[in-house]
Amino acid sequence: MAKAAERHPLRLVAVLVLALSLAGCGDREADPDAETGLPDEPTTLHAVLLRPVPGAPRVHVERPDGGVEAVACATCHAVKAPAPDQRGGASLDSFHRGLEMAHGGLTCLSCHDAGDYDRLRLADGRSLRFEDVMQLCSQCHGPQARDHAAGLHGGMSGYWDRTRGPQVRNQCTHCHAPHAPGFPRMQPGFKPIDRFLAPATEGHDE
Amino acid sequence: MSDDQAVEPAPGLSRRRVMKALGATLGAAAFGAAAAPLLDQEAPDAAALFQRHYKELSRDEKAEVIQRLEDEAREAYGRNVSIADPKPRWRTKFAYAINLSLCNGNGKCVEACHRENNHDRETNQSYIRVLEMPKGTMDMEQGNTTYTHAVPAEGKFYLPVQCQQCDEPPCVNVCPVEATWKERDGIVVVDYDWCIGCRYCMAACPYHARRFNWKAPVVPADELNPEQGYLSNRVRPQGVVEKCHFCLHRTREGRLPACLEACPTGARVFGNILDPQSPIRRVLEDKRVYVLKEELGTKPSFFYFFDA
Repeated sequence: MAKAAERHPLRLVAVLVLALSLAGCGDREADPDAETGLPDEPTTLHAVLLRPVPGAPRVHVERPDGGVEAVACATCHAVKAPAPDQRGGASLDSFHRGLEMAHGGLTCLSCHDAGDYDRLRLADGRSLRFEDVMQLCSQCHGPQARDHAAGLHGGMSGYWDRTRGPQVRNQCTHCHAPHAPGFPRMQPGFKPIDRFLAPATEGHDE
Repeated sequence: MSDDQAVEPAPGLSRRRVMKALGATLGAAAFGAAAAPLLDQEAPDAAALFQRHYKELSRDEKAEVIQRLEDEAREAYGRNVSIADPKPRWRTKFAYAINLSLCNGNGKCVEACHRENNHDRETNQSYIRVLEMPKGTMDMEQGNTTYTHAVPAEGKFYLPVQCQQCDEPPCVNVCPVEATWKERDGIVVVDYDWCIGCRYCMAACPYHARRFNWKAPVVPADELNPEQGYLSNRVRPQGVVEKCHFCLHRTREGRLPACLEACPTGARVFGNILDPQSPIRRVLEDKRVYVLKEELGTKPSFFYFFDA
């Protein structure tokens, strides 16, 4: 609405005039059928919040004493040479071996920053925090990014009416596994007991 | 046995009189059996019996009715419920759209509706039906809800159908007692206390969107949604028709409908069609949208689209 007012200053004036004229109209509580949400209510918009995504991941490694330690990516990668042609984990000798990669022809370093493995890397070489992963995805998935920004992709919760409350939207990696982003098949569970559930019986289904 | 061998009835006890007496006895017994369910029911109190149509209630009368319904619910479920009566908002007309390229038929919306709206647990009642459709048609009559395999299946798409909140609602036109009507924000509502259960509206709805309460819904007290609306998800009485109301107890307060929040694929888009900045307007302006059974002229407020 604020944007609309910016683009149409006349509308703002009209709203103000209407608000002033209504202010003198007396008690509108008296009419039980009066519609609520009149235009003189404040129109500051609540935020569209992005559901947070986790930062740089930690790899769980076994300690010599048998315990498990969560270590940063750079712990190992600082002393390992980058493998620019590596695709997925199946051909590795150690670590990430179970990592299934089903994301076009991407290599690890298409998205991971070889200069700092605790960060991501945009196509133009700029380094990126894991928290900002949407920027990375949006480089290739433009139509989805456009629809997400418009509220048509990704799902949301909270308020449709942002004059009354905030809206929380998912980010890409909430629904899509980054290494295998195809949406997984699901098992339908809940079914109403319904006439449409029974196969049609001969001559008695109309 | 021939006629001449027939037993002569005792004087004054003709066959005709025996049959009449027998018939009367059986008739009375049958009537008693047929009326038993009625006699089992508690007689409604005078306030409920003489309650007027929703639109005729004054503010005070409505408050009394709601108070009575809340008291009844407290007695029945042993917990507090609040029954609100939110009004249509100024400059608001609701519309809904579903991206059929994203919907995979998992049915989470069906379940969310079931829980949100205090539907009968035994029948898994819900206002939403997800039809598995053969690709290449938008004729919902070719779909079915019987699928139990993993979704999406090859060659199929999935079509969630609920009340289309028509601008020309055939269900409203046929109601003989005006117990259902279209509100100014586009939602078609039912006064459950005025509905006589004739089900004409169900016959009239081309989308099979209305449901009948063959019995009073049974909801365990700990699963009851206590946040209720008079025209929406308060627990319905037996013998009345109900339907999707776009979760008006939520949406008229600005919140998103339960089915949208539950959708794991993000296929659902809801909003105010009069707000040019709203996501629903973006769908209508930028996507190629379909409505179901357009040829009937019902003018649904419910749209379907595919990612181009």
